[in-house]
Amino acid sequence: MNTKNTQQNAAIVIGAAQLDDLVKVLRKDGYATIAPTTRDGSIVLEEISSAAQLPLGLVDDQQPGAYRLSKAKKPAYFDFTHGAQSWKQFLFPAKEKLWSAHKTAEGFQVEASIDAPKYAFIGVRACELAAIRIQDKVFVEGEHVSNGYAQRRKQALIVAVNCRRAGGTCFCTSMDTGPKVKDGYDLALSELTRKGVHEFLLEAGSASGQTILKRLTGRPAAAADFKAAQKASDKAAQSMGREMPKGAAKTLANHLQHPRWQDIAKRCLDCANCTLVCPTCFCSTTSDSTSLDGQNAERWRTWDSCFTLDFSYIHGGAIRRDGAERYRQWMTHKLTHWHDQFGVSGCVGCGRCITWCPVGIDITAEVRAIAKDK
Amino acid sequence: MAHKKPKLAVWKFSSCDGCQLSLLGCEDELLDVAEQVEFAYFLEATRAKVSGPYDISLVEGSITTAEEEERIHQVRKQSKVLITIGACATAGGIQALKNFADVDEFISAVYAHPEYIKTLSKSTAIADHVPVDLELRGCPINKVQLLEVLGATLVGRKPNVPNHSQCMECKMSGQVCVMVAKGQACLGPVTQAGCGTICPTFDRGCYGCFGPKELSNTSALAARLGELGLDSKQRSDLFRTFNAAAEPFAKESVKHD
Ligand code: SF4
Ligand code: SF4
Ligand code: SF4
Ligand code: SF4
Repeated sequence: MNTKNTQQNAAIVIGAAQLDDLVKVLRKDGYATIAPTTRDGSIVLEEISSAAQLPLGLVDDQQPGAYRLSKAKKPAYFDFTHGAQSWKQFLFPAKEKLWSAHKTAEGFQVEASIDAPKYAFIGVRACELAAIRIQDKVFVEGEHVSNGYAQRRKQALIVAVNCRRAGGTCFCTSMDTGPKVKDGYDLALSELTRKGVHEFLLEAGSASGQTILKRLTGRPAAAADFKAAQKASDKAAQSMGREMPKGAAKTLANHLQHPRWQDIAKRCLDCANCTLVCPTCFCSTTSDSTSLDGQNAERWRTWDSCFTLDFSYIHGGAIRRDGAERYRQWMTHKLTHWHDQFGVSGCVGCGRCITWCPVGIDITAEVRAIAKDK
Repeated sequence: MAHKKPKLAVWKFSSCDGCQLSLLGCEDELLDVAEQVEFAYFLEATRAKVSGPYDISLVEGSITTAEEEERIHQVRKQSKVLITIGACATAGGIQALKNFADVDEFISAVYAHPEYIKTLSKSTAIADHVPVDLELRGCPINKVQLLEVLGATLVGRKPNVPNHSQCMECKMSGQVCVMVAKGQACLGPVTQAGCGTICPTFDRGCYGCFGPKELSNTSALAARLGELGLDSKQRSDLFRTFNAAAEPFAKESVKHD
């Protein structure tokens, strides 16, 4: 786990070919190295055993309801932004067994179940780091700790990457979460492609990051390297595809009966894609299963969403029956009530909910439309 | 403690037998099922017929004849719990395509001796005729869901059969969305989950085998399908398959006729 970033970060510059050394060192230390790779026309996050499995030379075109990968002009490793998946699926998996029980002569015996592999996440973006920090608040720093999450998170090593270009639905700048990582990482990569030379500026952000950095060979980082990295980051900040209007929390709080909610309901499919791809959404449900002979039982926690009917089921029925109520719940929770609950916004500006909404509903555009009517 | 096993009956109406076969297809678990219940009436598996009443009745097929209309009431009377299985029983099935056309025309086009054919003008779901305790969707049903429902019914707990969208299953299994990443037509956002994400895994959009999910905003999806390049006929056809007569799908397909 990472400690706060200090001024005197160790930093070296490694050749692109040495990225594989980093993967090897992490694997030697027993980490399951999770990184972006491609499947079915998208960037996905999977375990890799070599840097050769990273997507080299790809960029993404992201628009509301549309995602396409294409060949980049420069063969860089991290010039796409992200796919639908996020690190959430490893720290807070879609399905997790909480415990199992079996009948005994005296009654029944319960066994807790925790599956906590030691992960190294390679290629974590600034917005994603912010999302992980938010989920830490939910799962670890609150009154009720999720043991599985806490253990996985404690063991996880984070290799962040600074974005050099923003996607068409990105708006981290307006949420103040990116595009440059500030803290909370163990190692941070800045990709440098200068005059045909492909390198990475590698900075340590924690003691464990520092130890790993020492085992890699590179040259000491010079002022010019930091400058080049900053320039690339500034370029990304200027290329945000979207922007969240200022004062969104208030805008929504003041317009809970706005006609726009009904208008959205006409377009929204209540499919829940937006909530499941959102790296901060944390809702889950638990269900029990039993074996046919009734001897064994298991309790599972699975992702849930405020877009389902069951989600708002209380004694006597579900309270959020129509689409307008469900969309309003999602958007006001993200942008307004999250502040009251956790002291931050529930949105980090990654744009996933816009891209992966099958009908391309855009959270920033909806806030703008509501803000128009004072 | 020796207690009597609950009696299970499997009934067939207008259908292809595929859903009943799902029960036989539970090869690994079939013996476990047989240990817990008595197959009192299941012609696909055994010729033995034990008389009713039955603790659990699984009903496959839709109502398409006057005789079936009569028989389903007999089945209901003899069953403590009646569970309908599959798109035919829950929505009328593919044979409900006739609901959108002139049946006599179909009959004279298909049969050499149309005068021998006696059929109702519409194919309807079991729930249109008798009270149903639980509907298990799909064309065919999913064996995992079937075992879940049987297991839950036997121990008296609520079965875990979610009525949320297929999209949720795609996301939970890490499947890349074929609609967003490839622009393919997909009914997943308006379809109830349950199949195990078969089509998107094979790089195709969902065909809606599990029927409309709760709150099925078909018109919004149809508008998007239009933007993706589907013409009216293609949109109508997409909504008009195994669950053609399920209300949200039926209404949408008619709009694009
Ligand atoms: S609400 Fe949308 S843009 Fe904001 S963090 Fe969630 S998925 Fe990303
Ligand atoms: S937006 Fe909905 S799914 Fe996401 S955390 Fe809030 S209530 Fe849960
Ligand atoms: S906003 Fe989009 S992704 Fe979210 S539930 Fe509605 S249609 Fe689905
Ligand atoms: S492939 Fe279809 S079912 Fe799956 S997420 Fe996309 S739209 Fe939904």
